[in-house]
Amino acid sequence: MTSCIMRWRTGRRALLPALALLPALPAAAQQRFITVASTTSTEQSGLFGHILPIFTHTSGITVRVVALGTGQALDVGRRGDADVVLVHDRAAEERFVEQGFGGPRRPVMYNDFVLAGPAADPARIAGTTDVASALRRIAAARAPFVSRGDRSGTHAAELRLWQGAGIDPLPGRGAWYREIGQGMGPALNTAAAQNAYILTDRGTWLAFRNRQDLRILVEGDQRLFNQYGVMLVSPQRHPHVKAADGQRFVDWITSSAGQAAIAGFRIGGEQLFFPNADQAGA
Amino acid sequence: MNRDLRPPLAARDRPGAYVAPPMSDFQASFAAALALIAAGDPALGAIVGLSLRVSLFALGLAALVGLPLGALLAVARFPGRRVVIVGLNALMGLPPVVAGLVIYLLLSRSGPFGDFGLLFTPSAMIIAQAVLIAPILASLTREVLEAMWEEYREQFLSFGVSSWRAVPTLLRDGRLALVTVMLAGFGRASAEVGAVMVVGGNIEGFTRVMTTAIALETSKGDLPLALGLGMVLMAIVLAVNGAAQVLRDRGARLAG
Repeated sequence: MTSCIMRWRTGRRALLPALALLPALPAAAQQRFITVASTTSTEQSGLFGHILPIFTHTSGITVRVVALGTGQALDVGRRGDADVVLVHDRAAEERFVEQGFGGPRRPVMYNDFVLAGPAADPARIAGTTDVASALRRIAAARAPFVSRGDRSGTHAAELRLWQGAGIDPLPGRGAWYREIGQGMGPALNTAAAQNAYILTDRGTWLAFRNRQDLRILVEGDQRLFNQYGVMLVSPQRHPHVKAADGQRFVDWITSSAGQAAIAGFRIGGEQLFFPNADQAGA
Repeated sequence: MNRDLRPPLAARDRPGAYVAPPMSDFQASFAAALALIAAGDPALGAIVGLSLRVSLFALGLAALVGLPLGALLAVARFPGRRVVIVGLNALMGLPPVVAGLVIYLLLSRSGPFGDFGLLFTPSAMIIAQAVLIAPILASLTREVLEAMWEEYREQFLSFGVSSWRAVPTLLRDGRLALVTVMLAGFGRASAEVGAVMVVGGNIEGFTRVMTTAIALETSKGDLPLALGLGMVLMAIVLAVNGAAQVLRDRGARLAG
């Protein structure tokens, strides 16, 4: 008995400062919020920092963004750990909807991918607008190429482009084809350090600051189109999903107000994302 | 509200016009660190505050378990004790990202504790850090107190004090040495990035702490700002250690 009291006394001194901090934590949890699982490109380009305050201002709903690769973000939705998913891999999104994890999928906006590489351009791809031939030249020259390798939307797009070029880059693993399994930013850092070619979304590229010798070498090909879609996670599958508030976000971002907010986001005067919620089949 | 931590230099936001800073990387980082502190940015203040709250709270939680456990292991003799000690020592090297994954799966809505809705909250980060540092506190506490116990064991026993009852006394008498133990735990908690990234989600304004902010700025390629934030973090850790040293010295003077 006495030992219990003594132990409490000893412990109390160490505990008091910690207890004093307790009320500071739950305060933020009381506001009305939804959780959105999205991609590194939307977060790191600064798009969310621009449009979310506008949504919060009109709706009173705070949005907590967890930024991951598209594959991971969809997994977070599948587990019920987010209310809304906003990603960019249409095939994966349609699977997500078919499997009953959420939806319906609504198109939101697009931007494009660009093929960047060192200014010295050892594979001589600068100037072409044919991404397939550019990739073939990179493979033929065995020039270093950094791949996301992380099941992200950009990774899926890159693999589709290789396939379209009729090339299997996997035999180049460990040599010129380098899968790093990380986000867009770390992949760009790696490519900059190794003077490697890389496929990147334009938004992350524009916001990226450590380019060193990297330049955009190929852009403007139809196949470099990059569509984003948004879905509510299924409240039937996960009953705690904030269906009303989540749907409100989906409705807002595809409404004229949300679309105008997206169009209004610029870096150095350049528009990064192009709203197209009204475009059927996008 | 300017939640972006970058100093408002218009030229840096013009992508075409971006030129390498004339300063060396380290000079630029140092300038970035000073600019961050001088600007008194509320977003930075919130991140620093959350880092301290999460790590201190995790330290408190881990100490509740780790200190008594370490003290018990110092005095108690039971079969399998060595196995427990080796196990705890091994857990000191638990990779943060593994701890983070396990806690992610436990706290996920699809996991056993999903109903609490703790994933992607500061509470989840506290739990993750506490799990990481509790074995450190327990192991180091055992190490420190076992030496004391060897020394005073005969005295305790001659007063008829059992091993179990010696635990609170040992903890109290060893408190000066235990400050260092606590600092080791705090250091690991505040420096950790893998676990809090996974369970906290690095949500701006809610679960973003110093280490995840550094990782994010590194991702964006803003290496000087990332290193500048790192310098701010080091300054805070230094201040905490300095404060602990002052407490220790005062305690030692009072005791001596």
